[in-house]
Amino acid sequence: MDTAETGTLIIGAGEAGLGIAVALRNAGYTAPVTISGSEADAPYQRPPLSKEFLAGEMDEENLLLRANNFYQDKEIRLLTNAHIEDIVLDDNAAGGTATTSSGTEIRFDRLALATGASPRRLPVPGADLDGVCYLRDIPDARRLRGLLPEARRVVVVGGGYIGLEAAAVARTRGLEVTVVETFERLLQRVAAPPISEFFRAAHEKRGARVLLGASVTALQGSAGSVTGVELSDGTVLPADLVIIGIGVEPRIELAQKLGLDCGRGIIVDDAARTSNPAIVAAGDCTMQPHPLYPGELICLESVQNAADQAKVAAASLLDGPRPERAVPWFWSNQADIRLQIAGLSAGFDDYVIRGEPGSEQFTVLYYRGGRLIAADAVNSPHDFMAVKRALGKGATIDPADAANVGVQLKTLIRET
Amino acid sequence: MPKIILRSPDGNLHTVDARVGASVMETAVKHGVPGIVAECGGALSCATCHVYVSGSCLERTGTAEDFEDEMLDDAAAERRPNSRLSCQIRMSDELDGLEVEIAPEQ
Ligand SMILES: Cc1cc2nc3c(=O)[nH]c(=O)nc-3n(C[C@H](O)[C@H](O)[C@H](O)COP(=O)(O)OP(=O)(O)OC[C@H]3O[C@@H](n4cnc5c(N)ncnc54)[C@H](O)[C@@H]3O)c2cc1C
Ligand code: FES
Repeated sequence: MDTAETGTLIIGAGEAGLGIAVALRNAGYTAPVTISGSEADAPYQRPPLSKEFLAGEMDEENLLLRANNFYQDKEIRLLTNAHIEDIVLDDNAAGGTATTSSGTEIRFDRLALATGASPRRLPVPGADLDGVCYLRDIPDARRLRGLLPEARRVVVVGGGYIGLEAAAVARTRGLEVTVVETFERLLQRVAAPPISEFFRAAHEKRGARVLLGASVTALQGSAGSVTGVELSDGTVLPADLVIIGIGVEPRIELAQKLGLDCGRGIIVDDAARTSNPAIVAAGDCTMQPHPLYPGELICLESVQNAADQAKVAAASLLDGPRPERAVPWFWSNQADIRLQIAGLSAGFDDYVIRGEPGSEQFTVLYYRGGRLIAADAVNSPHDFMAVKRALGKGATIDPADAANVGVQLKTLIRET
Repeated sequence: MPKIILRSPDGNLHTVDARVGASVMETAVKHGVPGIVAECGGALSCATCHVYVSGSCLERTGTAEDFEDEMLDDAAAERRPNSRLSCQIRMSDELDGLEVEIAPEQ
């Protein structure tokens, strides 16, 4: 076997996989680094797939995270169309051999998992009809983008960020859009009621229909193409395009094969180490301790987390000091609405609304046990930046003052 | 292809070729120019692609407006009149030879 191939193997060529490779090189690691990814494309940005790319404002080359010569310059070996099917670890050592689905063997002495997540499939009859789309990768987005010009009636199943972003793009094109959400409010898993209510009103104001508490029982079709969406109350919504955005499942198969502890995702510690301390994992495939409440394990699906955890994972692979963790943050652009989120609001027991939601410029600040934990800022970059800064310093903003729009939030930051 | 000349925080000069329509941020990151973080990949959400446009080029790029302007107020490095978020500067032939300095902190 080719011994020159040993070095670090990173499985998954997304934001996290690339981030690990770059961080290894930045730390002066000189052994071979291989990134093996299932997809045909070099690492690219997913967020625009439901935003600018879908709207036709960005092309595939814009999506790429790095130019081709970057990989050569940094001596990062990037394998595309290289799905890792199996891994066998050497006895008593961190190294091992991975095998791709085409049978190529890759030796490694350090291993990182960055396998991401796949979209949850809608488990109803008709979900495989033409005109039914998911939105995770470039082929999905390319297909959806190609179908939009022909479409007239679009049903979006799932009122999460990706579904709402795609709905906004379709509506901006003048299509008839209905969003169907099982829960009684949009963004129910990730936001407080005022934010859910705001987005419902904002999408309706822009001409979309939002159906809450409605579950899909079947997709109807004719000649192999989708024609309608059947709901549990018997209603059928006519549709020639159905976009499904009902969440993701972390990809944990390889980790399970390796015998690593997994919950919903691959369980890692705050240094991105799996239950086998020689193996690290980063990005959407992981489940990690909450930064403020380490007793709770959470799954984070964001670019910021993938990028930040990748740096931590690289440091752990090299046994270096753990880099300072950044404040979790996220964004979502829907039509002309810019939502920026700092911190993690899950588990909040109180919130303060700053500004008037009807003005489409306001912020919700979240508290837990009296402590500021997050904010959702709608068209309010100053508030977003202030809360991000406060959280970065472990500081807070008194809930009694936070609603006063006459005072800039950044002047209210108090060390605890 | 229009060229961009970037001074990175370590003082080095980098001259890179840009695609017309690509942003300054995107061009710099793709070529591995150090200093620009660009956490949000150009979505105007992070303010970690802060640059100072050289005085002679500012007329051609224009200054920051609205949302970008507000984000810059709270950027990590000093805000100056020639501050821009580089993901918001799209390259065109008219911008050939654009000179920018990458802000020391992002
Ligand atoms: C449409 C859309 C919009 C989004 N919008 C935002 C946003 O606005 N803001 C934000 O912060 N985040 C957003 N996200 C989430 C963000 O893109 C993800 O959190 C991020 O891409 C995660 O990166 P990752 O590297 O962990 O995983 P992924 O990007 O999923 O990459 C994992 C890669 O590993 C590959 N892989 C898996 N198994 C194997 C194997 N066995 N062998 C080889 N390769 C394998 C996969 O094919 C994939 O390419 C969005 C996501 C989508 C899909
Ligand atoms: S890259 Fe995030 S604001 Fe420019």
